[in-house]
Amino acid sequence: MANHLIFYFFAGLAVVSAILVVTVRNTVHSAIFLITTLLATAGIFLQLHAQFLFIVQIILYIGGIMVLFIFVIMLVNLDVALHQIRFNRQWVVALVLALVLAAEVGFALKVGAKGVYLPSGQSGQMEPNTEMVGSVLFQNYMLPFEIASILLLVAMIGAVVMSKKKI
Amino acid sequence: MTGAIPMTHYLLLSLALFTIGVVGVVTRRNVIIILMSIELILNAVNINLVAFSKMAGVVDGQVFAIFIITDAAAEAAVGLGIIIAYFRNRETVLADEMDILKW
Amino acid sequence: MIQSFLEIAQPYLLPVLYGVVIVALVPLVDGYIVLMERKVMADMQARLGPMRVGPHGLLQPIADGVKLMLKEDIIPESADKWIFWFAPVVSVTTAMVAMSPLAIGPVFQIADLNIGLLFVLGVSSMGIYGVVMGGWASNSHYSLLGALRSSAQLVSYETAGGLAVISGLLFAGTLSMRGIVEWQAQHGVWIVILTPIAFFIYLVASIAETNRAPFDMPEAESELVAGYMTEYSGFRWALYLGLAETTNMIVVGSIATTLFLGGWLRPFSGTHALDFLDWFPALLMLVTAAYCFYRTPKQPVAIQKLVLAAFGLLFIALAGVLGISQTAPGAWLKPGVHGAFWFMAKVLAYIYTFMWLRFTFPRYRFDQLMKLGWHFLIPTAIVNVMSVGTALALYRQFGWSHFGLAAALGVTTLITLLVAGYLAYVGEQRTPAAEMAERA
Repeated sequence: MANHLIFYFFAGLAVVSAILVVTVRNTVHSAIFLITTLLATAGIFLQLHAQFLFIVQIILYIGGIMVLFIFVIMLVNLDVALHQIRFNRQWVVALVLALVLAAEVGFALKVGAKGVYLPSGQSGQMEPNTEMVGSVLFQNYMLPFEIASILLLVAMIGAVVMSKKKI
Repeated sequence: MTGAIPMTHYLLLSLALFTIGVVGVVTRRNVIIILMSIELILNAVNINLVAFSKMAGVVDGQVFAIFIITDAAAEAAVGLGIIIAYFRNRETVLADEMDILKW
Repeated sequence: MIQSFLEIAQPYLLPVLYGVVIVALVPLVDGYIVLMERKVMADMQARLGPMRVGPHGLLQPIADGVKLMLKEDIIPESADKWIFWFAPVVSVTTAMVAMSPLAIGPVFQIADLNIGLLFVLGVSSMGIYGVVMGGWASNSHYSLLGALRSSAQLVSYETAGGLAVISGLLFAGTLSMRGIVEWQAQHGVWIVILTPIAFFIYLVASIAETNRAPFDMPEAESELVAGYMTEYSGFRWALYLGLAETTNMIVVGSIATTLFLGGWLRPFSGTHALDFLDWFPALLMLVTAAYCFYRTPKQPVAIQKLVLAAFGLLFIALAGVLGISQTAPGAWLKPGVHGAFWFMAKVLAYIYTFMWLRFTFPRYRFDQLMKLGWHFLIPTAIVNVMSVGTALALYRQFGWSHFGLAAALGVTTLITLLVAGYLAYVGEQRTPAAEMAERA
């Protein structure tokens, strides 16, 4: 019972905040609603017994990436932008196509779910979560881990070079 | 109303967030909002991965989701750097005003 | 019906009770920490501090709270109303939520999370939004610049603090607060003895994390007119400065205490020969009560005599609680009460160190601050993590004795000190004037 309540609360919060992200006029408000969406997603992770991912989402996404977004929004914010049109000229076609895509996938899910066996899942080998994630990450996925660190190094260099005034 | 949440609920939530993200990318003019919608899409994929990871009872999906978050951080950093560089040159952040390469 | 409700609510009752206690008591404790700061400041400046409101200023926080609540609530006209209202709320909420995995004693803990330490670090990193949104919503240049500076400082020192925490975690092997203290109880050693450098790095990083002097450039009175708090007055300002910042101090003090200083353990908790130290808390309370009663006749006004006598009685009651729990049965009473005392004593000592440093050192300029964070603290912390990790890995691989590990950790400390010394030397050579001369 509590399980269902928590899931519907976080799912509803995520969807409502996501809609507000793409529709509000003020960019800073949009960023704040994205923070709320990310918090709701973290809640869904917690509900799925993924505790380490919950806290990684909060530290990295909300505490790192969104701070970056808010800095940039404050740097490039023009007051003129508040009175401009929000959506581009082809928004009707774009919206219709996106909804068609959603309808297709939703239909496939509804129909296919009867044919495919999708158990609700048990905790299995997921507890204790942090230790399990750590051992799987550093034993099975060591190569992607190293590649990810090189990727971060390259991104750091790229971001620094991009924002220099004179290269 | 007891017991676990059926799998399709998580997949439908992931689909909803993905669609809203796609609508944001193709509809809004402000490039920063487009980047934020891309983050929405990545989050939808994360929910999908973690739900399947719980279904299979292994943590591999969560490890993949950690890599996706890392990736999103790198991409956001570089993307925002590009936006700042462009803003310094052209004073605009609206996508349909960035048309230098058009004929 | 009631039966099934009680069944469902059973696991949540005690945590909710603890949560209510924390939310009710923390503002009061924050007020008294602010009073403590003013008295300590006065003591270090050879004066007396607040003396009028209540005996020796003991009722000053209550007077301050009442005054701030009754002040006019000014919102700048072109400010973004919702974000202006929301920003201090975010600061205070994240600070208080960060108190939930903290184990104030072996009994008083809202939730023993598997990821407790990381949760506290993550949630207090969300406090940046309170600062940034406050600066933005004020719609004033000074506020915005102060907010951006403050958040840049917070993000930089968070990295350094996190790396220092990792050095401590390499020993404890678990992120759960209770597990860390139990590791220290099991091995009979506080982690500060094993990696003193990590403790020092965390001390410096936590001073910068809470925007305290000497790192308080963004909110100092002579710079940028109090930065992101400029447009906040009355109780909103009290939320920022009194509640959020002081609660953040308590939270970082608690992290340092749990990870480095042994949490709720009495000093030398392993040696039973020193068990007479268990009477120390009760004795301390009795001495304080005696001092209160000694000063009571010397107060000028009758009401102050009453208040001081009431405080004396309060200390006697505390002494009674500490003394009785010493001899009482019940497995949770003695560790709970004494553990809470030692924990709070260590956190107060840590906060006293913050105040001591505040009134001793001049302020860092913003570029010096960032240079210290990125050029000195983070490399030192990285070297520390690497060398402690190597020492531990060698210890486990070759099966050295404890003396071998102690020697390896001594070598680690030496290496880190050498690297830190080198970085400090290089840092002093490269002054801004020298760099500008280079570039020209």
